[in-house]
Amino acid sequence: MSKKFIVPEENYYTKDHEWAYVDENIVTVGITTFAQDKLGEIVYVDLPEEGNKVTQNEDFGVVESVKAASDLLSPVSGTVIEVNDGVMDNPGVLNDDPLNDGWLIKIEMDSEKELANLIRAGEYRKLIEKES
Amino acid sequence: MSSDNKTALYQEHLSLGGKMVSFAGWSMPVEYPSGLRVEHANVRSKVGLFDVSHMGEFRVQGPEALKTVEHLTTNFVAGLEKNQAQYSLLCNEQGGVVDDLIVYCLEEGTDYLLCVNASNRHKDFEWVVKNNLGAEISDISDLWSQIAVQGPNAYELVEKVYPGFQSSSLKNFELLQTSFEGSSCIIAKTGYTGEAGFEIFIENEKAVQLWQALLEKGQGLGVLPIGLGARDSLRTEMKYSLYGHEIDDTTLPHEAGLNWVVKATKKDFIGKAAILEAKELGFSKKLVGFKMKGRGIPRQSYLLFSFDNQEIGWVTSGTMSPTLNEAIGIAYIKPEFAPVGSEFNVQIRGKNIAAEVVKTPFVNQK
Repeated sequence: MSKKFIVPEENYYTKDHEWAYVDENIVTVGITTFAQDKLGEIVYVDLPEEGNKVTQNEDFGVVESVKAASDLLSPVSGTVIEVNDGVMDNPGVLNDDPLNDGWLIKIEMDSEKELANLIRAGEYRKLIEKES
Repeated sequence: MSSDNKTALYQEHLSLGGKMVSFAGWSMPVEYPSGLRVEHANVRSKVGLFDVSHMGEFRVQGPEALKTVEHLTTNFVAGLEKNQAQYSLLCNEQGGVVDDLIVYCLEEGTDYLLCVNASNRHKDFEWVVKNNLGAEISDISDLWSQIAVQGPNAYELVEKVYPGFQSSSLKNFELLQTSFEGSSCIIAKTGYTGEAGFEIFIENEKAVQLWQALLEKGQGLGVLPIGLGARDSLRTEMKYSLYGHEIDDTTLPHEAGLNWVVKATKKDFIGKAAILEAKELGFSKKLVGFKMKGRGIPRQSYLLFSFDNQEIGWVTSGTMSPTLNEAIGIAYIKPEFAPVGSEFNVQIRGKNIAAEVVKTPFVNQK
């Protein structure tokens, strides 16, 4: 019965179901396909502003469905350099395309060392297998 | 999950693609593939089926049945004729709400059915037995299923499934004791959505058959199965109380706006003295409905602050209203802030966001 979720190989993942795509020192962050499925229809998103500081494993925003709110945890520490404001007006994008159009923020990370605290696709697949 | 109880309709939920969650010790569908918002809208515009078999049912019978239910509940049971029902409360000696329930009169004076919350079933049964005044009381929850049929097309749908049944023969809160395929059932004109409809009690053996008949005959009426998620958003839009949110063992009926089911001038019941005393002293909080003025969705236990930063209450339920597409909430607030139009802040993740008390229900205003 378990569904197939797309888990791109190149991304890093948090155990809280955020994905992080790393390009040099810029990290793009979103929620995983598993996360959007678990939440159900997303009706509200709150994101930080450009220039805000974020800290690894601390919340930087929230996504909410009709029934529940779920904190967004930052995969790395750093400075927010770009925000996908469009998703706040159109939260359904997070259900339709969480890996591309539904990206949330871009962070200029403070230290690459923190990436060691994240998990890779293989381990993340095992994690959602257990949780589903 | 495996330790959770399963209703007689469990396999139906799986084959309909229901997303099963653990709720009050039961594995229940929170939504089906159509999704919460579609389900919610379908109940408001067409018709939906809810499996509410997890609810608890007690039968109170015998010559002392009326006296016992009168003693246990706050509404006026002697006012019920056979085949009438009423919303009511079980209160403790302090006047706090043990649970809310519906009392169905199956035989005047001698036979009552009490329908209570799933999460309180065992607590309630202990309470009822402890305060029994000589009736025969049994917990029949495991023998009965319950299907709610709610929405503007509910009358037509139930008439199709029960040939010869006329929806118009029942007023709100009236019931019919009948049968379905040889099994006993009760059709009651009650619900928890704010829409027209019925709640049907059916013996477990025929629950699947009734569920399938309702789905099949409802095809042309736009029927959909509805999960617990939409059940909660529908009741929130009506500002109906839910145990564990708006009411609990420490809330007084008047604080929750449920004084209309407390008939203290007509009868004695457990908690009456405490309720009358509290009424004399005045209440410290009042339940209100509010809408957010700024961005954010209120959720249970978020705190309310006045604009001069005094803590004035807390949120009991909140959601993004699927009907209004606005963030709405229910809250306990100090009485001076309770009038419609009062403004205050809701603290959402550390930020103060403005909100305003509004008239309720949020939808279906008459």
